[in-house]
Amino acid sequence: MNRYSGEPFAIEFRKVSYRLKNGRELLRDLDLEILPGETLVMLGRSGSGKTTTLRLINRLLEASEGEVLVEGKSVSNWDVIGLRRSIGYVIQDIGLFPHFTVERNIGLIPKIEGWPPARITSRIRELLELVGLDPEVAARYPRELSGGQRQRVGVARALAADPPILLMDEPFGALDPITRSELQRAFLALQQRLRKTVVFVTHDLREALLLGSRIALIDSGHLVAIHEPEQFTSSADPLVSSYVGAFEGVGPRAV
Amino acid sequence: MNIFHFMLQNRAEILELTGEHLWLVGVSILIAVIIGIPLGILITRWPALNKPILGSANIVQTIPSLALFGFLLPVPWIGDRAGRLAILALTLYALLPLIRNTYIGIKGVDPAILEAGRGMGMTARQLLWQVELPLSAGVIIAGVRVATVICVGLATIAAAIGAGGLGEYIFRGLAMVNNQVILAGAIPAAAMALVADVCLGWLEKRLTPH
Repeated sequence: MNRYSGEPFAIEFRKVSYRLKNGRELLRDLDLEILPGETLVMLGRSGSGKTTTLRLINRLLEASEGEVLVEGKSVSNWDVIGLRRSIGYVIQDIGLFPHFTVERNIGLIPKIEGWPPARITSRIRELLELVGLDPEVAARYPRELSGGQRQRVGVARALAADPPILLMDEPFGALDPITRSELQRAFLALQQRLRKTVVFVTHDLREALLLGSRIALIDSGHLVAIHEPEQFTSSADPLVSSYVGAFEGVGPRAV
Repeated sequence: MNIFHFMLQNRAEILELTGEHLWLVGVSILIAVIIGIPLGILITRWPALNKPILGSANIVQTIPSLALFGFLLPVPWIGDRAGRLAILALTLYALLPLIRNTYIGIKGVDPAILEAGRGMGMTARQLLWQVELPLSAGVIIAGVRVATVICVGLATIAAAIGAGGLGEYIFRGLAMVNNQVILAGAIPAAAMALVADVCLGWLEKRLTPH
């Protein structure tokens, strides 16, 4: 139970470890509670275990030890397909289906879930507007879009069935700085409206400070510290301050 | 008498043999598609089966075709009818390109697309039918194309065991030391291979996602 509101946590890690088959440990004894409606940013260098953490939530990976709970229920007790459909998933490479138009990409899960066509169409329109895309892109193929437009479609697709949780794995990592900052702003506006539980993975401190309601620093498979952005930059923890030091001159909510 | 004159004169028989040839190739390719594509999908799911299945299909390809027809003759039921035997042999030859191209096509699908699909909650079956097969259709058709061209050529040898087809003319011409008779079998066979190649090439291009 959540000590703040009495509701269950949106996502909870209890002493979770993850090892590869060859015995290499990617994550060790992770304890983490994610509150409904917050944007938790997982910050860390490449290979620190942040993507692993994310993939344990939608069961693309299974914990070697410990337990991951989504909405108070262990992920191993969820029907895996049902679990994934209630969690939106956005990755850096986007993974749009190249042989589907934008509208088929976005409408895929609603269609599989058996929504009536009229409802799918209106949902697609609504989502395109939500992520700031012109409705006329609906009929286009992903290859005909810019990188930023594609990532917006990726977000729209993840939101299609209105999942309460959104996992984002370096979604803006491959974009140029201007497009990235546009999408970050769009994300903030979106999150203000939707209040989803978001777990956002990045290695970019500026992005973490801008988007996160809390920031968790992961290093070598360990959770080092978890702070609100204001406290994060002034933390005395040596690992945190060395990470912050690497981005000198960056303050909370500065871009 | 030139070759075209000869072919025109014997058009009824040539047409009949062409029909037999088409039947042999068509049935073989159909069976090979029905067996080969699922086998290709299977080895993407169970990598342990990869080597034995592709290996066996590979070995079959190395058996000289005349020898393969000969080997199969004593097999009960199969050996009873020359047509059956020819279709089995041609199917065996057609399997390798089909299995291999299905495997390569599916393995070639961008992992990010599959990761996204899985993460969205698509089932393995939905991913296969809606993503993996459509995206590898071009490569799979390329396999059908290679198999068809191989089979049109090999089916001429089926005449050696009495299965009919355009090989009849080729063997007859060889026995008569008459080039005209050989060509009357070889030209339609070559034309058939060419037409199949062009049609399937067009289909391959259409199905390949840009």
